[in-house]
Amino acid sequence: MDIPFLYETLLKLLTGVPLTLQLAVSSLGLGAILAVILALARLSGLRLLAWPASCYVFIFRSTPLLVQIFLIYHGLGQFHGVRASFLWPILREPYWCALIALTLNTAAYSCEIVRGALLSVPPGQIEAARACGMSSFTLHRRVVFPLALRHALPGYGNEFILMIKSTALASIITLMEVTGLAAQLISESFRAIEILIVAAAIYLFINFIVTRLVQWAEYALSADLRPPPAALEQGGAL
Amino acid sequence: MTDQLKPAVRLTELRKSFGAFEVLKGISLEAMEGDVVSILGSSGSGKSTMLRCINMLETPDSGRIEVGGEAIQLKQAGGRTRPADRHQLQRMRASIGMVFQNFNLWSHMTILENLIEAPIHVQKRPRADCVDEAEALLEKVGIAEKRNHYPAHLSGGQQQRAAIARALAQHPKVMLFDEPTSALDPELVGEVLRVMRALAEEGRTMLVVTHEMGFARDVSSKVVFLHKGAVEVEGSPHEMFAAGRSDCFRQFLSGSNGLR
Repeated sequence: MDIPFLYETLLKLLTGVPLTLQLAVSSLGLGAILAVILALARLSGLRLLAWPASCYVFIFRSTPLLVQIFLIYHGLGQFHGVRASFLWPILREPYWCALIALTLNTAAYSCEIVRGALLSVPPGQIEAARACGMSSFTLHRRVVFPLALRHALPGYGNEFILMIKSTALASIITLMEVTGLAAQLISESFRAIEILIVAAAIYLFINFIVTRLVQWAEYALSADLRPPPAALEQGGAL
Repeated sequence: MTDQLKPAVRLTELRKSFGAFEVLKGISLEAMEGDVVSILGSSGSGKSTMLRCINMLETPDSGRIEVGGEAIQLKQAGGRTRPADRHQLQRMRASIGMVFQNFNLWSHMTILENLIEAPIHVQKRPRADCVDEAEALLEKVGIAEKRNHYPAHLSGGQQQRAAIARALAQHPKVMLFDEPTSALDPELVGEVLRVMRALAEEGRTMLVVTHEMGFARDVSSKVVFLHKGAVEVEGSPHEMFAAGRSDCFRQFLSGSNGLR
């Protein structure tokens, strides 16, 4: 095994990590906001809101992310109206196209996670909040969303990991994140196996951190599911 | 005491249907300040629905609801009755304490946090005051040592006592109890009834939907028996239990578990 080469590759690929993380974190953040809006629309009971949201989710979950990236990057530029519009400076940049595609895609999946989580909030606890005079906004902020978040976390952790890996597809539209750099190095050196192993190891490490973070968040938000402090004291050393 | 002559709750001709089924067939009811009204009736008689109309967890199709002399404003919209003024409704709800059959404590908050939640975020009172008062209330219902525990760590009886304290923390004018002991194991019923009895002795206005005949007979100032969505008979507990003024009520009493 050529350790110096692997080490050199690692150093080169690590320069792509900031872009990978930037794509993943931005799209997850924006996608989460969109997902909450979509989920609330789906649960609104108003057909005018629920139906478009359902269609959106259906389309973006049922088509490949790669196709979505291509359509946004190559497809939109075909329309004169798009090229002439103020959006063109954004839509001709591969970075923004990748970010938009990833955001729209994760929003569709996350919408379903959020919707399930919102449905899991016990109606009695919502009723109690109403009965004490909470406005709809306060009720969501103080009761519904905190409870839903606890339900959403395991599923959302999954989505987080999937998105880290999905950023690799951005390499196909020339972005030099970890996979893009790996492809470039392969074409220069023809040492595909070693380079791809290093790239995979980088994703593995990132997701190792991500799973720890999600676990920590789950732990921090589940004090009510653990034995009370007194029981721990009585139980002695665990 | 002239105070006691003011009606704390007055319901006039409440009607409510779920689909074709008419649950409330024009119910009128009055509770004076300091009254403890026990609302009895077999299941399906509409007693819970009526209670839930008072703070608009259910919206009546027609009728009038007054709490503390103020009527809840209703409007017709899209063939349904709705509250006309959101802010008025929220303000009035904050002055009506509600205790549910299933406690409905917020599971992600500790007991203390449950108690201070509405006073801080609805009534906008200073946090330090709310905490002091909440601790005093927990002391009063006998679960002060559970202040930092989560609802899931408490027994049913303790949870219900916490829920009563949570309602009291908002300084309600009226307390509504919707079958507060029905979800409890028999041996836990007593501790909740004791707290409710203490509240009654303080002179709080309480409307209690219950199956506890002992409570209805010994603690309440007025007993209302609902049958098929209408008030069948009402009166003082003495009149009601001694004479058994209606066949229906007598039948109901003999069918219930008897007097505890």
